[in-house]
Amino acid sequence: MISRKRSEFGAPIKFSDHNASSIKDAYIECTAYPDKNFTVKQLEKDVGVQVIPKINDISTQTKWTYPKNASTQYYPREFSEEEKEAFGQSKSLTDFLNNVSKNSVEIALQQNEIMNTFIDDWKCLAEEEGTFGDKTDTHLKEYQSFTDLHNLTEKTITCVSWHPTIYGLIAVSVAVRLTFEDRVQYSGKLLLQPSLILFWSFSDPIHPQLMLESPDDIFCFKFCPTDPNIIVGGCINGQIVMWDITAHADRIENIKTGGSRSKKATLKPMFLLEPESNKEAMYIRHCAVSSIENGHKKVITDIHWLSDTFEINRMGSVFENRSEICCQLVTCSADCTICFWDIRPQKTLTPQQTEKKKEESIEIPYDIPSTFLHLDLSWKPLTKLRLSKGETSLEHCPTKISLSEEHLLYRSEATICAFSIYTPLKEKLLAQDKAMKVGEMNPYQNLEAGLANPLKPIEDFSTKFFMGTEEGEVIYTDWKMERDPDTGRLMAKKPVHLYTVHDGAVHTIQRSPFYKDIILSIGGWNVAIWKEGVVSGPLLQSCCAPKRYTSGHWSLTRPGVFYVGREDGYIDIWDLLEKTHEPAQSQNICVTMITYIKPWTLSARQQFIAIADYYGTLHILEIPWTLSHPSANEIASVNHYFEREVKHLEYVEQRKKIREQEKQEMDLEIEKKKIKTYHKSKEQMEAELKMDYDNYLELEKTVLINLGLIKVSEKVSYMDIL
Amino acid sequence: QTEVEETLKRIQSHKGVIGTMVVNAEGIPIRTTLDNSTTVQYAGLLHQLTMKARSTVRDIDPQNDLTFLRIRSKKHEIMVAPDKEYLLIVIQNPCE
Repeated sequence: MISRKRSEFGAPIKFSDHNASSIKDAYIECTAYPDKNFTVKQLEKDVGVQVIPKINDISTQTKWTYPKNASTQYYPREFSEEEKEAFGQSKSLTDFLNNVSKNSVEIALQQNEIMNTFIDDWKCLAEEEGTFGDKTDTHLKEYQSFTDLHNLTEKTITCVSWHPTIYGLIAVSVAVRLTFEDRVQYSGKLLLQPSLILFWSFSDPIHPQLMLESPDDIFCFKFCPTDPNIIVGGCINGQIVMWDITAHADRIENIKTGGSRSKKATLKPMFLLEPESNKEAMYIRHCAVSSIENGHKKVITDIHWLSDTFEINRMGSVFENRSEICCQLVTCSADCTICFWDIRPQKTLTPQQTEKKKEESIEIPYDIPSTFLHLDLSWKPLTKLRLSKGETSLEHCPTKISLSEEHLLYRSEATICAFSIYTPLKEKLLAQDKAMKVGEMNPYQNLEAGLANPLKPIEDFSTKFFMGTEEGEVIYTDWKMERDPDTGRLMAKKPVHLYTVHDGAVHTIQRSPFYKDIILSIGGWNVAIWKEGVVSGPLLQSCCAPKRYTSGHWSLTRPGVFYVGREDGYIDIWDLLEKTHEPAQSQNICVTMITYIKPWTLSARQQFIAIADYYGTLHILEIPWTLSHPSANEIASVNHYFEREVKHLEYVEQRKKIREQEKQEMDLEIEKKKIKTYHKSKEQMEAELKMDYDNYLELEKTVLINLGLIKVSEKVSYMDIL
Repeated sequence: QTEVEETLKRIQSHKGVIGTMVVNAEGIPIRTTLDNSTTVQYAGLLHQLTMKARSTVRDIDPQNDLTFLRIRSKKHEIMVAPDKEYLLIVIQNPCE
């Protein structure tokens, strides 16, 4: 309780501390003391006592039982063939079946055939969850475009790839726009300019975020599916180049908008502006190149990572991949070979070579990661397949290949929500990324560990793949090598099938993301769709378009849609459910040839398509709702269409056979007729000749009579002449 | 061909029928149109389920007995016709 002057009522109170022992009587102490009233002395104790002769101490160690997994192996009981036969004769079974099928089963089956009683009509009425945007809008909308303004030489874009995990990041490989003769002529000048892969981000259309340097122009490149920081590219000179951008991963993940776009409220004078590290594009040197002598000799036209579920050995046999990373590549090149490469260090066969290497140790710049140092300049392919054309000394020149176990970035187990297709891989990669940041070992830093495990072969693995060539052929062949009986060398097998359907080089061979055995091939002026296993020909072969087709890609979410780019800058959008004889839509994108098309799903609402043109500009367009969202049962409908086409092909084959038969029969008939005429006997012929002669005489007579040159004989009456 | 084969063929030829099998009282398959592993799996599981269903029906009313069992799932319908000695199992896809 405190008291104050009235005037201070309501005023704030100020409290302060001071030491209690410094002031007398500031506190009262209650100390503890023993109270005699509460102490009780124990006077009695009750204890049992026994006399025993001996004391024994026994102890046992018990076994700690812990849960163990136990299993039982069993196999089901089955009847033998004779017993089954016996059952077939037994009367009880016959009676049972008759009774049951008549009374219950057939009725139930028919009920189901008539109508599906469990359909929720209300649910089936609504086709889509809700449409965003105008349904009638079917055009691709321009979103952004990227051009490299810094480089002065005229460049073209050769390959485009979206970053698998980072939103809005797209990588583009550029090459100079020169013909072979010009390249040779200006080779000195070209050496000075670096060949680049540019990383563009949506937030900054002027400055590329990263620039990867390579020794020569890249014509195709791919992100590693299991680690997006590893990029591999194929050069024009036949080398494979690898980059490891793990060190710069943070830079590209958090990209701030460039200062040039935002308008700051307070304008700072130029000399106070700090150099923003984001604005300077970083040049990243490659960390490994393949060996020049042992690799390809000409431009690498296509490069793929092999799926992380399998790996192959020198013979082309397939084994399980124990390390859960993609560690093998396949490339095809204009020198008519297909090579398989392994990025793990191979055991050196001759120890002398390692010593030699130690002497001439190459100094690597400090900022290059040493992930692939073991490969640099000494990287040899695992196997090389030479694609010869059989007896002739000519060889096929592959332009693109498509393997069966391609690491699909899209899984089609999605149901109505079509956009969850891209999430499984992205989530896996993001989870991997997080794990690596926490401190786990990046498997790519420790590639040697994977080699120690013994490999288990995989049976029933299809080692066949599709390949497109420069002559416009589509070839279905096997990559497994076999030993030539004469020379004992390993040789590539002969192609299983070869089809010539295109009038120009095939530039796209792609499996549908929804059906593992449907392949799209585009080349020259037409498009063809193939089904693996159907040998008589393509399911669909379009008629020649007015303009040459120069690039193409399946749609990622709609199974019947694919995009084709033309040489006049138009993009043709084909929809197999709408029209199969011509594209459903055509849209102008740019003024020059389209060199690459790559669609990508960025989120559930946004799907973009990247279109690269010949003049080096990358256009990003947004795919409208109608083109990206599949209708209900679209997968089934398109599948149905393909099955119809297969049946049609079979029908055509059957008709061919029937026609052949008919033709044969007709030939036989003609033969028989001819034979009949020859069988006439000599007398008959003479009689016939005589008859002809008599007829001729008659004719002669009548003509001469009519001319008045012969006097009518008395036998002929006057009336006859008239 | 025996009557048994004919009946089974007739059932199998209905629209949407994926497979048909005849199983004895212990769950051992006698006739089937599917492959061995699938048959064995279906036979074992459905035999147990049928026993359970039958005992359920009889528990509620001992005078009653199970005549037919239809299991409708998202993908197809399984029909089981039980008997003292045998079991007929038909799997049908009701909607194409």
